[in-house]
Amino acid sequence: MTNTIIWTVVILTVLGLVLSLVLFWIARKFKVEEDPRIDEIEKTLPGANCGGCGFAGCRAFADAAVKAGNLDANYCPVGGAEVMKKVAVILGCEVKETAPMVAVVRCNGTCDARPRINTYQGAQSCKVKAALYGGDTGCLFGCLGCGDCVAACQFGALSMDPVTGLPVVDESKCTACGKCVAACPKRIIELRAKGPRGMREFVSCINKDKGPAAKKACSSACIGCGICEKTCQHGAITVADNVAYIDFAKCKLCRECEALCPTGAIHGVGFPKPLDKEAVKKRVADRKAKAAEAAKAAEAAKAAEPVAVPVQPEVKKEENNG
Amino acid sequence: MDKVIVSPSPHVHSPASTNRIMLDVVIALMPAIIVSILFYGWCEILVLAVSAVACVGLEWLIAQFLMKRPELFNGSSALVTGLLLAMNLPCTTPWWVVVIGAVVAIGIAKMSFGGLGQNIFNPAITARVFLLISFPVYMTNWAMPDGFIGSVDAVSGATPLGLIKEGLKSGSTIPEILSAHGLTASTILRDIGGSSGEISAIALLVGFCYLLIRKVVKPWIPLSILGTIALIAFIFHAIDPAHYTGIGFNLLTGGVLLGALFMATDYVTSPMSNWGGVIFGVGIGLIVMMIRYFGSYPEGMSFAILIMNCFVPLINRAFHQKKYGRA
Amino acid sequence: MAKLTFSIGGIHPADSKIARERKIEVLPLPDRVYVSMFQHLGAMAKPVVAVGDTVKAGQIIAEPGGFISAYIHSPVSGTVRSIGPRKDLAGFMQMHIEIEVQGDEWAEGIDLTPELVTSIPEDRDFILDRIKMNGVVGLGGATFPTHVKLNPPPGKVAECLILNGAECEPFLTSDYRILLERTDEIVVGAAIMQKVLGGCRCVIGIEENKPEAIAAVRASVARLGYPSMEVAVLKKRYPQGGEKQLIDAVMHRQVKSGGLPIDVGAVVQNVATSLAVYEAVQKNKPLVTNVLTVTGDVLPAEKQHNYLFRIGVPLSFIAQYAGGVPESAVKMVSGGPMMGKAIANLDATTVKGSSSILYLGEGTARKSESPCIRCGRCADACPMGLEPFLLKSLYKAGDVAALEQNAAQDCIECGCCQYSCPSYIPLLDNIRMAKGQVMAVIRARNAKK
Repeated sequence: MTNTIIWTVVILTVLGLVLSLVLFWIARKFKVEEDPRIDEIEKTLPGANCGGCGFAGCRAFADAAVKAGNLDANYCPVGGAEVMKKVAVILGCEVKETAPMVAVVRCNGTCDARPRINTYQGAQSCKVKAALYGGDTGCLFGCLGCGDCVAACQFGALSMDPVTGLPVVDESKCTACGKCVAACPKRIIELRAKGPRGMREFVSCINKDKGPAAKKACSSACIGCGICEKTCQHGAITVADNVAYIDFAKCKLCRECEALCPTGAIHGVGFPKPLDKEAVKKRVADRKAKAAEAAKAAEAAKAAEPVAVPVQPEVKKEENNG
Repeated sequence: MDKVIVSPSPHVHSPASTNRIMLDVVIALMPAIIVSILFYGWCEILVLAVSAVACVGLEWLIAQFLMKRPELFNGSSALVTGLLLAMNLPCTTPWWVVVIGAVVAIGIAKMSFGGLGQNIFNPAITARVFLLISFPVYMTNWAMPDGFIGSVDAVSGATPLGLIKEGLKSGSTIPEILSAHGLTASTILRDIGGSSGEISAIALLVGFCYLLIRKVVKPWIPLSILGTIALIAFIFHAIDPAHYTGIGFNLLTGGVLLGALFMATDYVTSPMSNWGGVIFGVGIGLIVMMIRYFGSYPEGMSFAILIMNCFVPLINRAFHQKKYGRA
Repeated sequence: MAKLTFSIGGIHPADSKIARERKIEVLPLPDRVYVSMFQHLGAMAKPVVAVGDTVKAGQIIAEPGGFISAYIHSPVSGTVRSIGPRKDLAGFMQMHIEIEVQGDEWAEGIDLTPELVTSIPEDRDFILDRIKMNGVVGLGGATFPTHVKLNPPPGKVAECLILNGAECEPFLTSDYRILLERTDEIVVGAAIMQKVLGGCRCVIGIEENKPEAIAAVRASVARLGYPSMEVAVLKKRYPQGGEKQLIDAVMHRQVKSGGLPIDVGAVVQNVATSLAVYEAVQKNKPLVTNVLTVTGDVLPAEKQHNYLFRIGVPLSFIAQYAGGVPESAVKMVSGGPMMGKAIANLDATTVKGSSSILYLGEGTARKSESPCIRCGRCADACPMGLEPFLLKSLYKAGDVAALEQNAAQDCIECGCCQYSCPSYIPLLDNIRMAKGQVMAVIRARNAKK
């Protein structure tokens, strides 16, 4: 009995020693020399391996960054500026400042606004549904509601709202990696700048149909009426293909477009106060009346130009003050 | 017509369904179950009932409360596992041992892998092996209590395979052992006992024929298992009949038929392609005979199936369908 | 003669050819027709008429938009009312020409008499030109321009013209009806195609469940005296009428992955195409009519019909004429139940390839999916020898390289896998996507070369 125990211990010990030597030898023999900065950068990165940067994973990103020696082609959307600064320190180079972005769902065709006109049965995948037919609503452009974006998000930032049937972005979790943008076959999701204190305006519709057709399919569709474009004082809004688009770089967050949109397709998020539509409408109306008045006065002045030359600058001044 | 359904093609479906397949397996097991009830009586009904209820109940409990994914519960497949487990146990098995078997089968072998379709090992076999190792006394000793038909003498003791194994270890030859226990070739075949599922070869074959007719299973796996066993037994028995048992004995004892017809053909834990199935079957046959002739366990069907279960993913990788235009 | 069949996979769905005894009826003309500019495989056709133009039936209203494209003719006489986007079968916007029907006047040079013309023109180019100018496309499903298919690239020789009369899809009976009622014309059409292809032999494949059609075609071939033409009886098995499967069954040859039937010396044409070729060449009649079945499991037998319709007639008009949509229908399909397209409404119009309006009942609604039990039935059923269960999981994993290795691109979308899956897993839904991904990768690679 004791013999057996002794032999067992001896054999196992010897086996362990031999194998550890083999492992040690293999580790030495097959060691790959790598730039230590790759490891360092990889440790700094979030480690989600999401591929949002365009590389296969965090290590691939680190590898590429070290090889390039700069960060011109590399940006980690998940880690953001903070992480990139640290990476830049390791590489000893500069990093461009990029405004933080967030995914935005550009469809507000809720179940109420956009009635279902047939029933889809098939694989629960937007891709499959989009390839099959125009969709179960009258809108050919809107959200299909199968949640490919939710499945694509690795950060749990997207979820389907069972009431509206639309995806909802959790801003605190969204890293703007862009996976959902690629996953959506209708190209509804867009990465937009988060905005100052998270405030931003956007058109929550991409329906390119003409007004009546769009309106028939969805009561909250953008009908391309152009009111927002005309109202905007900052030239941030353009209407093309019967749908409006707000250029975030130019938007001053005055929310006038939002208040005036007849279908409610323009959404503002992150604002501290709810939008007082009537007040804004009144403000815009007043301004327009004033402008019209000024224009009239200008015209009158033009008509009477030879007589009353000095009046003109005064009118202009008044307009500027208004 | 309220709202039209739109879906990708195809728009029609065959009448086949998972539940229908499981129901077919249950129907196929019925002849063997009825025969074993007739032979063993009330205690057999008890084992069957405990096993079936425990398996179905456990699957429901685990899916509902432990995994919190109620959609993973599949009653029909749990029922099949329960019946197969019961048929793998002697009817004298105490009810609590049966419940432990159910926990191993459903809880460990099936649900911990992710439920139906995900398990690597056959749940019923895994449970049987677990019980065989944990409670060898209950599992190998079998008493023959009063059945509903009185044609069997009340015998108590080890299975014929167990008797022969012990006898061979002590140095006697097979004819000596048989005569020492008052067994002849014909009584062995009539009174083969042990697990309840081993009792009637004909009932098992009738059930399997039903599965073949319903096209639920293909015959390649059982044929290759039985063929391999027969071939090896034929060769060894021809060389030394004193120490190696013969073809008929090997095919009909120790759950070979139950294993080959109903356990090895389990969809989830067997290869998908026909040739893969043949490799799988030959492997099982080889391992069974190695264990029986040279190993220390009297029979080896359960171990053989479990061992070959491990190779299924590899076999699936190696054997593919013949593709069109890619010869 | 032994019954022929393909060698891999296949299924046996219920036949359900309820409308098989209904004779072809001529559908009346509606008020307006909408002619799609996208009725064929390849580039969209370009309209050559303007709003307000008066057109005659059989007049060219659109010309090919590329090498693989086709002429489109006005199916009616009347006035062009609009040219613009309109929803197609899938609900996507496609260019259509709207024509208001006025009378029924046909363009010059079209022979509308029913007499059989058996003397085939000698000039091969003349025949091909007629087929092209009369807008003939394959009517078996893919609507590939016929003049392109009948003109093999240099170096490729057609050994056998296979005429596809299998009609293996359940419910559909239009091919069966024309085989019975237009037998001689189909046979002459086949002879014309034989001639164009350089005098190869011709095999007319018909499934065993249509003995009357087999007898009729055999008698016609004997009467008209075409020695190099024969009728092959095919086993009733789906997808017997698949191009690749038919070549396997008739010629015992398999088309290599990515290859064309002509690579193994085969040209496959549908019997309806053969009829269209006959009319185009012998009668100079463009492809503006076709036969369609109105059928379904919830449609009473007396309401099932086979109609000769003008291409461009709205589906709603046909449905109305046939007696309306049955109350118990939950699904409408254009085409067969295995490969047809489900449609959300009847707003779309018929196109050259339209073969049926199929009403399906509650029983055909999809059942909820359960886990795969690895029974392997999908792999047994696949006529291309693929492993659908594997392709589906590879697609879910996004492994395009492995998908290509496992031949996802070979899928013919016949639906056998999904039909036979006892767990109701939407295998084809996913594999179709996987196939698209792999094809894109292959195309990109070929473009680089």
